[in-house]
Order: sequence, then structure tokens, then C-alpha cells
Amino acid sequence: MVTKPAATETQLMSHLLRRAGFGGTREEIDRFTDAGYEATVDHLLSPPSVESMPQDIIRRYHVDQSDLRIQPATGSNWIYRMVTTDAPLLEKITLFWHRVFATGQTKLIQGKVIMTQLEMFRKLGLGNYRDLLLGLSKDPAMLMWLDNQDNHNGAINENYGREILELFSMGVGNYTEEDIYECSRAFTGWTIANEPYNAQKMRNNTARPYGYIGWQFKYDDSDHDHGDKTFLGETGDFNGEEIVDIICKQPATARFIARHLYHHFVADELPVPQWPHLPPRDPEAIEIMADAYFNSDYNIGEVLRTTFNSDFFKAEATRNARIKSPVEVVVGSLRLSGGYDWPTDDVYDANASCGFMGQGLLAPPSVEGWQGGEDWVSTGSMMQRVNYASKVLGDTSRPGVRKILDSLKPTAGEGDAAALVDASLDNLGYLELGDETRQEIVDFAAAQLAEAENLSGAARTAAIEQTIISVLQLAVATREFQLA
Amino acid sequence: MAKEREKVLVVIQLSGGNDYLNCVVPYENGHYKDARPNLKITDDRVIPLDDGLGLNPGMGPVKDLYDRGKVAIMHGIGYPEPNRSHFRSMDIWHTAEPTKVGDKGWLGQAVKELDPTGENVVTAVNFSNGLPRALAAPGVPVASVGDLNNYGLLTGIEGQQQREKALSTFNRIYSPAIGSGAVMDYLGKTGQDALRGAEILSTAPGKYRSNVEYPDNPFASSLKGVAQVHMADLGTRVFYTQYGSFDTHADEVKTQERLWHHISDSLAAFYQDLEEAGRSDEVMVLMFSEFGRRVKDNGTGTDHGSGGVSFLIGDQVKGGHYNEYPEIETSALVEGDLRYNNDFRGLYTDILEDWLSVEAKPIVQGTYEKNRPFVGSTN
Repeated sequence: MVTKPAATETQLMSHLLRRAGFGGTREEIDRFTDAGYEATVDHLLSPPSVESMPQDIIRRYHVDQSDLRIQPATGSNWIYRMVTTDAPLLEKITLFWHRVFATGQTKLIQGKVIMTQLEMFRKLGLGNYRDLLLGLSKDPAMLMWLDNQDNHNGAINENYGREILELFSMGVGNYTEEDIYECSRAFTGWTIANEPYNAQKMRNNTARPYGYIGWQFKYDDSDHDHGDKTFLGETGDFNGEEIVDIICKQPATARFIARHLYHHFVADELPVPQWPHLPPRDPEAIEIMADAYFNSDYNIGEVLRTTFNSDFFKAEATRNARIKSPVEVVVGSLRLSGGYDWPTDDVYDANASCGFMGQGLLAPPSVEGWQGGEDWVSTGSMMQRVNYASKVLGDTSRPGVRKILDSLKPTAGEGDAAALVDASLDNLGYLELGDETRQEIVDFAAAQLAEAENLSGAARTAAIEQTIISVLQLAVATREFQLA
Repeated sequence: MAKEREKVLVVIQLSGGNDYLNCVVPYENGHYKDARPNLKITDDRVIPLDDGLGLNPGMGPVKDLYDRGKVAIMHGIGYPEPNRSHFRSMDIWHTAEPTKVGDKGWLGQAVKELDPTGENVVTAVNFSNGLPRALAAPGVPVASVGDLNNYGLLTGIEGQQQREKALSTFNRIYSPAIGSGAVMDYLGKTGQDALRGAEILSTAPGKYRSNVEYPDNPFASSLKGVAQVHMADLGTRVFYTQYGSFDTHADEVKTQERLWHHISDSLAAFYQDLEEAGRSDEVMVLMFSEFGRRVKDNGTGTDHGSGGVSFLIGDQVKGGHYNEYPEIETSALVEGDLRYNNDFRGLYTDILEDWLSVEAKPIVQGTYEKNRPFVGSTN
């Protein structure tokens, strides 16, 4: 086996920005490389500025993004945020929690309540996991998504009580059916204000009368089961808060969250349903992350700091080895192409494309969210991924593409195909291709440039430009571009 | 020697909730007239069938097929504890899973049985962008075609010659021989499958010979695409199309009639096309919607309801009515909606077992009463 040379600082920075964000442009990577790796990790975890396209401007152009009723409105609104934010890790962690705590507009009908939930992920998602899990347990969208409004003293609905253990904290195999029941009892009375009216409107999918209104958490003590509960070996008159406390101190919780974070930020894990039966692909990494969880008093940001600075994250085998999610493909392509500086209907196409590739925002396929990994890729989604990225990077009306094109024209004019391809890859965020892949594109470019040489004047210029564009399009159509 | 050809299913999803009462119309029923003061379809407009029932005025060509014994009308179709959300109810129809949120599609699972190794990348062809959950299942390749004439990879590359060269480069850079590791191999295979599927499908319009004129409406191109791919003999067994929106909260009479005109006219051309090619006995059409609509009208439209109607159309169908039309009088309704009397999973069982010859039980997860609507239906 050939040993690859250690990654350069540029390659490592490009890796970090792909994982902790949606990939960097050449300028961003250069700038952060100068600042240094650990300083960049700190910068990403504590962004000095959290700016994105202002909501009032978005709403002036897209009335539906004020109402946030239907998925094209909510999904597109989030795409704006991901494409234009200067704090990409905040959006990446929000996407992470949306994947783990998957809540769908399909059932809740209105989108505003899930957008509020996502805002909570932004606020708490890099902080203390206990605060987050408590926030989730009081989140109106989650309560309605998992039917906790139907969980009453004396008439238990186990949906939330089960999923908080199975999907949101510990994973199956670490508690009993009895624990689920006791946990559910502790969450009786956790509901939303004016529940019957809002639940009926949700069920009947009707905006009438008075349109959609936000939901508020309500704790109804008169509907809470105040009896003693025995949960994971502890007994007492537990309410939801105590249950969350007990959950957070379990080693199983630390490992489960670590494995999810690993899956999202480090390397594709096995599909979640196999976790109880098969060990993590890197048990040592999971231990390091789980230790960071306890050492930092359950702080997710600290777990990530440990992760990004660790050898297993920076390892050669880790880089360019995880399959990008559809949102990473779409948002990454848009950011490379210069992003959005003004509202545009293009954002709806971006949102729909995520759905076509299998990751409809606010529309998870089930309560288990998206499995990810190879599940992202099928013949249909592959075609969408390739066509989307190559369409965006071939669109010279986008400022980032124009800029790349202009910067590459001098090289291309000299007829050096290899130099053109290498410069193109650098401009695509230092995209690394396998030798054979790169050579194929060089051969393609060489043939095109040779043909251009037979032309003159404007026709020659046009042929050279077309070659550059096709090289960019082919570069993002590669297998390598499918990986982060 | 005539080749024994395989049976093919064509699904037409009527998206948005097709109003059952104004689709198959109980126009002589007093309760119907009472419930629909503003948008009842009157005697002079309805297309009479039999038994006091008629069809929406937009469905003339369906009536012709019905008269020829080729249309089975599945009355009162639904599932327990109806859900009136479009998305959730559509999910339920797609996954045959009414009680919990399922993620595997009923047809995706059927395709898995028909072609377990995914040998033929066009066993299932969907005519829309994005994959309907009905077709989703692990390891099942599905081609999703927006427009058959412009379908393919790297469609953003300008110039036919340039694009062809780029595609041949694409094919080489996805070659498994130069992969490094399982993930790269998987990406390589999938990329090449996608390319192969596009190449296979792109041959269909060129092979197609037909004098049938399809109507000029947005749905017709989907069914024409189905005819083209089917007649190209590419081994496709399941086609998926959709049309709508039938979500007629307002202005229902005009909207529903227009949509049915589009669908019926397209169906008539499609059927004629198949007949002229001598291929009509291979194809079965299923039309369904996620729910019917509220019995009482709201002035100019109807709100979401439950209990609906599905149709099977084809040479191999035993035409006529299946099950009873649910009672319309107020006391018989469930929250103002028709009470379903026919679980859709029974209809799926008919189709899976007796049309596609696939075991139904693991897919619909249970045993449901069948309708036996096919000429060769088994017990």
C-alpha cells in the first residue's frame, strides 16, 4: 500500500471547513490557513459575527417566507441562512440536531413551529446537552410531533417517552419497557397551550379561521402524574426535569451522542438501527468524545472542539471519505458559486433539489431522521447531485463562477491543460481528485483546448471559456466531489 | 411465436385529494343534493353510468372505457382512523403503513422482489423530479424522469458534442477499476447505473412509432413517456405518474372538471396507443388519491375528508363497481366524512399478488380482503 504524504495545512483547513461548515472558497481557506487551525476551530465554535441575509429583506421579496406555512417557504428560508451565514458551524449543528430530533412539517402542517424549534437548536445546540434535551421536551413542535399532548395522567401515551430514550439520548438496549413507561409518566402534563383547538386544526389541515398561530409550551400540573416512578434504577416523584437529569448522566447517552456526532462530522457510521448490535467503526474515537462530554459537563461545543483537534479527525483516512448529504452538496455548490447577495427565486430550486436528492428540509422520512452514508446515493439522487452541482458551477451569471472563470482565462489561453485543471480545482475550494480522475479531466481539457487552437478571435475566446466551464462542471461531477 | 410479455403497472397519483362525490357522482341521491347545494353535479351535466351513479363531466373518455368493460371502480376506499393531512395521508398510501411513520414504499419493495439485484436500472420509472416514497426502498434503482426528451446526466453542459465528450469522461472517471475502497466503488457503480439508465431511456423516443395524437395538456406528456418507454421493451414493470392539484377548497367545479379532462383525454390516447400496438393487455392503470373530500360543501369548494375512490383500468380488468358506495346521510358520516368500507391494502394485495406476482403480505403487513378485479384473479 502506498503511504500518502501528510496533508498540507491548506488541505486540513479545507477538510475542517467542509465538516464544520459547507466547505470553503479558495479565499476563505487561504484566510483561515493564515489564522491557524486551532484558532479557526475556536472561531467556528464561537463565531464573532452571526450575520446572514436579513429576514426583512427576504420577506419583502418572498411573502410566503413571512407566513412560513408550506415547505418551499421554510426550507428555502433555511437555505438562505445556510448559504449566506458567516457562522456556518451554527447551521451545521442545527442541521445535525434536525437530523437526530427529526421533526416533520408533514404532520404538523404549519412550518413556523419547526422554524422556532430550529432557532432553539441554534441557541442551545453547541451548549449544554441537558439544556437542549429539556428545551426539546418543552418544544411545542416536538410535543405535537410525538403526541405528548395525548399523554395524560392515568392514560399514558408512550410516544415521546419512548423516543427520547431510543432516538434522542441512549439508544435501544440501555433501558427497559418499564423505564419507557415511567419516563412517559413523568412527562404527563407537558403539552401546548390551547391544545384541543390547535390539535384539531393540525389534524384537519386547515388555516381557517384566523390563519396559523404559533404554539406555546404549557405545563398542566393537574394532568401530571405525581406518583413515585422508578426510572433507570432511581425512584422518586420525578417530573420531566429529573428524567432529563438522569438521562444525561448515563454513559450510554454520552456514547450515543458521540456516535451521532461522529457520524455527522467525522465518518459515515453504520445505519442507526444497527448500533445496538455492532460496535462503532472507531471505538477509541467514541471514547474520547464521550469523555469530553463528561469532562465538559455535557457541553456539545467542547465535544466538537476535542473532535476537530483530534488525530482521528485530521487523519488521512478521514479526509474526503464521508458521503456529503444533499444539503451539503447544494449549499456547498452555492457557496462556491458566490452565494446569494440578494433575494432570488433560485433558492426555491435549491430547496427542491435537496428534496429530489432525498433530504427535504423539515420533511424527514420518519422519526428516525435520515440514515445518511450510502443511503444518500441512489441512481436517481446521483443524477440530481451531479446535475445540480454542474449546473450551478457552470452558470457564469453567478458572481463566484464569473470570478473563477476570469481568473483562469490567462492560464487556459496558454493551452496548458494540466495547469488549467489544477487551477480549477484550487478555485473549487482546493478540491482533491484521485490521479486517474484528474488525468481524465486533463485529457478532456487538452482535447478541447487543441480544438480551440484551430479557431481565432471571438470564436477562440468562446471555446476557451467553454472549456474552462466544462472543466469546472466535470470537476464537481466527480465521485470525489460527492465526498466531504 | 408471440413473446410472452410481462405485466406492467402504471400508477396515476391524483394529488391533493380528489373529491369522490363529484368524481363518481350519486346524482340521484337526495342526501348528496342536500350536502352539495352549491356544487352538486346536476342530471343534465353528469355522465350517467348505472345504479344511480354517474361520472364527472370531465370524464367522458373514462365512460367509454367503462362501457367497454375496462374500468373497475373501487368504492369507499380508505384506512382506519383517517388522517386529513395531504402529506401524512399520502405517506400512508405510499408506505401502506397507517399507524406508524414508515419509510419503505410499497412499490419500491415490489420492485425489489421483481429485480432483487437491481440488474435492470429501469425496472421502475418515475415521471417527475424526485422520488415518490412509494418507490423508495434500499438498493432499488429508480429512474426519475422530468422530461424524457431532455433526460440525462450533465444536462448543464452546453453543446451536444462537448456534452458527449464530457459524458464519456464521466463514464471513465466513475469506472470501478480506479476506485479506492468500498465507498468509491459504490459511488462508481451508482454513477454508471445512472448513466446507463439515462442512455437506455434516451433510446425510447427514437424507437417509438405511433400515429396517436396525445392531447396538448401537461399530463399527456407523462403518459406518452410511459407509452414510449413501455413500447421500447426496456423491461420496465412499474411506472409512476402524478397530476393535480385536486385540492379544491375553492372553485371546485371548474378545477376538478378541467383536471379530469386532462387525465381522461390523456388516458384515452394512451389506451388507443397501446391497442394499436397490440400491447393493451399487458398494462394495468391504477388511479388513486390520498383522500376524498368533506361531504358538505363550503360554498365554492370542499375541505379535506376521508373515504375515496380508486380506479383500475385495463384489458385484464373485470369492469364494474366494487364494494358499496358509502352512506351519505348525515348520521352515517364520520366527522362529516364518508365512512370508508374498503381498506386500500386489499387493493394493493390484488395488484401485488395477481398482477405483479409478488407476495403481498410482507409489504402490506397483514392480510386484507381482496377485490379480485382481474380476469385472472386467484383466491
